Amino acid sequence: MTRRYSALSLFKEGLAGQTGWKQAWRSPEPKPTYDAIIIGGGGHGLATAYYLAKNHGITRVAVLEKGWIGGGNTGRNTTVVRSNYYYPESVELYGLAHRLYEGLSKDLNYNVMLSQRGMVNLCHSTAEMEIGARTVNAMQLNGIDAELFSSEDVRRVAPIYNFSPDARFPVFGGIWQGRAGTARHDAVAWGYARAASRLGVDIIQNCEITDFIVEGGRCRGVQTTRGAIRAERIGMAVAGHSSVLATKAGFRLPINSYALQACVSEPVKPILDTVVLSPGCGVYVSQSDKGEIVIGGGLDRVPSYAQRGNLPKLETVIAGLLEMFPIFGQLKLMRQWAGIVDVVPDSSPIIGPSPLPNLFLNCGWGTGGFKAIPSGGTLLANLLATGKHNDISRPFDLDRFASGRLIDEAAGSGIAH
Amino acid sequence: MSAARLATGGSAIDRSRPIRFSFDGASVDGFAGDTIASALLANDIAVVGRSFKYHRPRGIWGAGVEEPNALVDIGGPQASPNTRATTEPARDGLVAKSVNAMPNALSDRNAFLDRFARFIPAAFYYKTFMWPDWHMFEPRIRAMAGLGKVDTDWTSPGTADQVNHHCDVLVVGAGPAGLATARMAAGAGLSVTLVDDQREPGGSLGHRAGEIDGKPVAMWIEETVAVLTAGGHLILPSTTAFGIYDHDLVGLNQRHFDGRRDTLWRVRPRHIVLATGAIERPLPFANNDLPGVLSADAALAYLRRHAVLVGRRVVVATNNDSAYEVAAALAEAGADVTLVDIRRDGIPETPAKVRLVKGRALAAAMGRLRVEGVTLDDGTRLDADCVLVSGGWTPTIHLFGQAKGKLAWSGARAAFLPGDPVDGISVAGAAAGSVSLSEVFADARTAVAPLGPTTAALPRSTGPEATGGIVAAWPVPGSKGRIWIDYQNDVTVKDVELAARENFVSVEHLKRYTTLGMATDQGKTSNLPGLALMAGITGRTVPEVGTTTYRPPFTPVPLASFAGARVGELMAPVRRLPLESVHRESGAIFQEYGGWLRPAHYGGRGADTDRAIQDEALRARRSVALFDGSTLGKIEVIGPKAAAFVDFLYYNTMSTLKPGRCRYGFMLSENGVVFDDGVLVRLDEHRFVVSCSSSHVAAVHARLEEWRQDRFGRDAVYIHNATSDMATLTVSGPNARKLLETIDLGRSLDDADLPHMAIGHGSYGGDAVRIARVSFTGDRSYEISIPADRAEPLWAHLRQAGQAFDAVVIGLEALMILRAEKGFIVIGKDTDGTTLPHDLGSEGPRTKRQTEYVGRRSLFTEEASRGDRLQLVGLTVPSGEAPLPTGAHGIKRESGRLHSQGFVTSSYRSPTLGRPIALALIERGAARHGETIEVQHLGKVRTATIAAPCAFDPAGDRLHA
Amino acid sequence: MQLFPCPFCGPRDETEFHYGGDAGNARPDGAEVPIESWTNYLYLRSNPKGTAREIWVHMSCGEFFVMERDTVTHKVLSSTALGGEHAA
Repeated sequence: MTRRYSALSLFKEGLAGQTGWKQAWRSPEPKPTYDAIIIGGGGHGLATAYYLAKNHGITRVAVLEKGWIGGGNTGRNTTVVRSNYYYPESVELYGLAHRLYEGLSKDLNYNVMLSQRGMVNLCHSTAEMEIGARTVNAMQLNGIDAELFSSEDVRRVAPIYNFSPDARFPVFGGIWQGRAGTARHDAVAWGYARAASRLGVDIIQNCEITDFIVEGGRCRGVQTTRGAIRAERIGMAVAGHSSVLATKAGFRLPINSYALQACVSEPVKPILDTVVLSPGCGVYVSQSDKGEIVIGGGLDRVPSYAQRGNLPKLETVIAGLLEMFPIFGQLKLMRQWAGIVDVVPDSSPIIGPSPLPNLFLNCGWGTGGFKAIPSGGTLLANLLATGKHNDISRPFDLDRFASGRLIDEAAGSGIAH
Repeated sequence: MSAARLATGGSAIDRSRPIRFSFDGASVDGFAGDTIASALLANDIAVVGRSFKYHRPRGIWGAGVEEPNALVDIGGPQASPNTRATTEPARDGLVAKSVNAMPNALSDRNAFLDRFARFIPAAFYYKTFMWPDWHMFEPRIRAMAGLGKVDTDWTSPGTADQVNHHCDVLVVGAGPAGLATARMAAGAGLSVTLVDDQREPGGSLGHRAGEIDGKPVAMWIEETVAVLTAGGHLILPSTTAFGIYDHDLVGLNQRHFDGRRDTLWRVRPRHIVLATGAIERPLPFANNDLPGVLSADAALAYLRRHAVLVGRRVVVATNNDSAYEVAAALAEAGADVTLVDIRRDGIPETPAKVRLVKGRALAAAMGRLRVEGVTLDDGTRLDADCVLVSGGWTPTIHLFGQAKGKLAWSGARAAFLPGDPVDGISVAGAAAGSVSLSEVFADARTAVAPLGPTTAALPRSTGPEATGGIVAAWPVPGSKGRIWIDYQNDVTVKDVELAARENFVSVEHLKRYTTLGMATDQGKTSNLPGLALMAGITGRTVPEVGTTTYRPPFTPVPLASFAGARVGELMAPVRRLPLESVHRESGAIFQEYGGWLRPAHYGGRGADTDRAIQDEALRARRSVALFDGSTLGKIEVIGPKAAAFVDFLYYNTMSTLKPGRCRYGFMLSENGVVFDDGVLVRLDEHRFVVSCSSSHVAAVHARLEEWRQDRFGRDAVYIHNATSDMATLTVSGPNARKLLETIDLGRSLDDADLPHMAIGHGSYGGDAVRIARVSFTGDRSYEISIPADRAEPLWAHLRQAGQAFDAVVIGLEALMILRAEKGFIVIGKDTDGTTLPHDLGSEGPRTKRQTEYVGRRSLFTEEASRGDRLQLVGLTVPSGEAPLPTGAHGIKRESGRLHSQGFVTSSYRSPTLGRPIALALIERGAARHGETIEVQHLGKVRTATIAAPCAFDPAGDRLHA
Repeated sequence: MQLFPCPFCGPRDETEFHYGGDAGNARPDGAEVPIESWTNYLYLRSNPKGTAREIWVHMSCGEFFVMERDTVTHKVLSSTALGGEHAA
């Protein structure tokens, strides 16, 4: 059986009809007890399992997924990876993720196709350029590779943009991060799953949590559609459904669930090399390695758990896209979908202990969880292994809502969290 | 294959109107009524494109929306990459190019990739390209991406129309089921809208045999259409229902073919009937992707609609009854037909002139660029120039699935059918699994029954009836050769086996891992065979494997349809001043500020801009300035509890304000953050005017309404947004009063009668005006509010009277300098989403107020009480230096690293002071006046000294001068 | 596009409405309110999957009202004018 992925193994398997590959991950029956349980088989949950095994040597770990792994927001997002954040706390968090992403393919032995073709957040007025300067300066102080772009710089990286003088949102410049880009979203989930499985983690699909087992005021396990499973450390990373599980566990979170829509055009030959975000047009867009134009916008207006696309937001997002790139008026929409995201008042995640002892949270990523998968996993793994915060996760504790020390990036970073 | 146009026949084409278009540079002849595909077939052009991954030659497969292969780029003003040749009308002069082929479909230079296929199976890219680094490989792989090309020289031929439409019954599909349903619903007195994606109604009746009510089907169609049209019902041909959205909103895309963009319809029906037909499936055999392998039903459509005989030596391969009519028709038309049926028993009568091979399946098709023959599973070889296949029918239940309808597996039909009914949606005809016209019409009756009694008679099928006999023929694991499942994305049986081997057994994993069903056809022909194969590999049933989620759109929809008229300014309209044209005549340069288009300055463009602004600011201080402040929010709060209401809404106590007086204050959000600032005017005991920032009017208004309705009660106060009722013209400067005294404003302007922070009522030209002595410049100022449509004469009068005082009209940029000289803030510029009132030096209410107000508790959190908060300060720079860049950060060095300690929020050169001024939010800034700090901008470090925010006239003498 | 029933105007497109939070989220007054109560009021949400009772405002007419709806199926169950303080 071929275990390791490489050009050579692919070649050898080619000669043998590709029949020697092992399962990417095992699908064992759940055991009655584990050292740690992770609820949610998305990117964050799988990464948590991987880092628990790799960083902390804890391998008696189960990842419980109610459907199929990577089927939530990991498989529904627009795949942007970046760390151009304003506050030092955010930079630590997303910067860690960004660095881990840069080594992830080799670390996991799975090509997640991190494509660092840069991202520009456009500024459409003098006032936005001033905010842009404030943001870039903060990022540079925090060690992020941000640059303040002039309109000419923008033209260089996105020549097909609408530079017409009567454009509704003229380009004054933008915030550039060269290391930003995209990654292949499914591959991130599968790569973590494969690597975690090889380290001994049990990945249990089609296993929905029906209740928490609480004894002596502490969480001791979960009831699932596949029976009771017990552990002394339980982490949850169930973006979009965090409040549902919190309710089962007996507490509330500062979260509303909203649908975030995305869509892709039919695939066309390469025409857009970078990720472009226009706050004025309310759109961020990139072109995938398959050639599809990948389009994202803001949240729907109505709190929802329905993972379905809707017309009103789609219409405004596409109008914005065509204002940015009028020549995309030739293209056709191929597929439209929605993910359910946790929206938190300060648009920053919640990482830390929950009000129910033994249960730890990784939630509240809003629209930006994908880019943070490696750090979300690292930090939740650390919490599960040690029971304690480290310096990176501490500011993101749930207690910040009582202390008032919110980390509100919303003003600085536009729509694309 | 040697396809050709027959000398006669073809119900869709008009031989009197020949047309000519180009494909891959070659001239192609056809007739009006041809599609690009039918014309290409008539000209025996077999290879029309290349597949996505292996660049395999691709020919036309189908005759409709299911087409996975025949995509072309259409050029010109109607440019449209990846257009389906099977549904695109051929038009004179049209330029079409094959996709994913260089230089053309027939000789594609990337065709060599197919020879390496064994090394690049499904998802191979996840397993390699990691060393040394993906970035080394990506550019070349990326260059291979995509199918069609975007024309970078294209300009939009206009915007798409969008139509909102209501009806009682929306019938999707104008085949026999849809036509019958529409007619019966119309007979029930309901308004009916009937849509179909083909240019003519009829659906399968256009090429399948039948007789209805004793008449030829064509006559029945014509009659039905005539009845509907006469009844005022709407029939939309060339229109695709692409999505069912929330609350049964149906999205339609209508094509026009006359130069207009497509039209988007948002239809809100009371009831939906899905009569969307069914799509024929391929059969699995090696090289089943060769050009010349077509859907049997498509071949019949080309024959009967376009008089195109797709081959001379034809093998028809089937597992079901529907192909028998095809075999018969082609034989009748002169082809040499061999019918290969996998079944031995229970099969229809062998058609005349057709050779039948029972109990056999195709093992492989042979040929390089097109079919040259086939091998049967017993090894028999047959010459053939065309292979027609029918693997059964997949009901088109996409819209039902989008509406969250559950599917039910039918073994008898070898297909998923609509399961439990969904409220408000009926499914009829082939989409519901019906085959014969009698069954179809029975469905129509069932669909219409809940809508009430109908006067229309149920149509009767009086001709031959189709039968639905089928034995499933799914791809099976371990098959020999390369058997395609997804033609466009090159997914083969081996790829599905590989996915299963690697544990990608969930149908959604299968889709994502192999890209099965993710091409532009979204798997209309491939999804079911793919998941049936997965079922076979994993020992599950097809329903156990399940389907992927049905997502809109059913077929690709032009982006322009969604955008509609939201182009340019209509995408996000700006708000405009009543006096905009007057300002333009005065040479104003406009810019957008917070959604308003406002004069930035008057005169001075490009390099002269700064000088113009400086000049305006300087002259404003010297004598008098005129400014159009009409964007200022003016929201009236009226009622018995108005005073208590404004007290609660403001951080500052407002109820102590005397009638006729004004007070500056903050509004906070419940999290304590300063949301808006402005002057509150008390007109009388129970009437206030809330002034708010131009860009915050709607939000402040909503906030007032919320507290009114949620806390105070509807009868306690009334709220009226008067912002656009009134224009506000500001006269500011040492000579402001002198200027105004030359104009009859119907009242005394004496300071005793109208002191600073007072309001007076007057009149101008018979109109009531309100004069407020509030100042955003630090100079004596009068804000005169006058009904918006009466502002122009007053503005002209002010300008004319101002000549004697060397008055200057100033734009917003000069005003920004004047207010910054005074240390007056602009919310959102000099504050951010964390700024609390005490950060701005307003500590009093927080420490002293005893009554409740919005945001109060949040001012006493741990964070709000920190000592190192960012506080508003001024900054000065060493003599002779340029202004600080706005957005520069104050820095501090701690443990060998640089940290931000705040940032510059506003920065200008003050012409009056003759030096740069700046406002900033700096850590503990209020207590650090006089301290020099380092300031960094884009890597460069300068120094600045912390000062009080107010740099000009700190005592405020000029307010009274 | 969902249709929401404004109690004053009748059914209107969702784009005319603005979400206003949980119904019955009573505001605790006072500078000395325990921070837990204030945080509950200000930030914590029940965010139910299924039936939800919410405050909405119809921006076209400016009226706030309580709407019960299903957050999964998007079925609207009821809509009533805001009854008074906090619309419990």
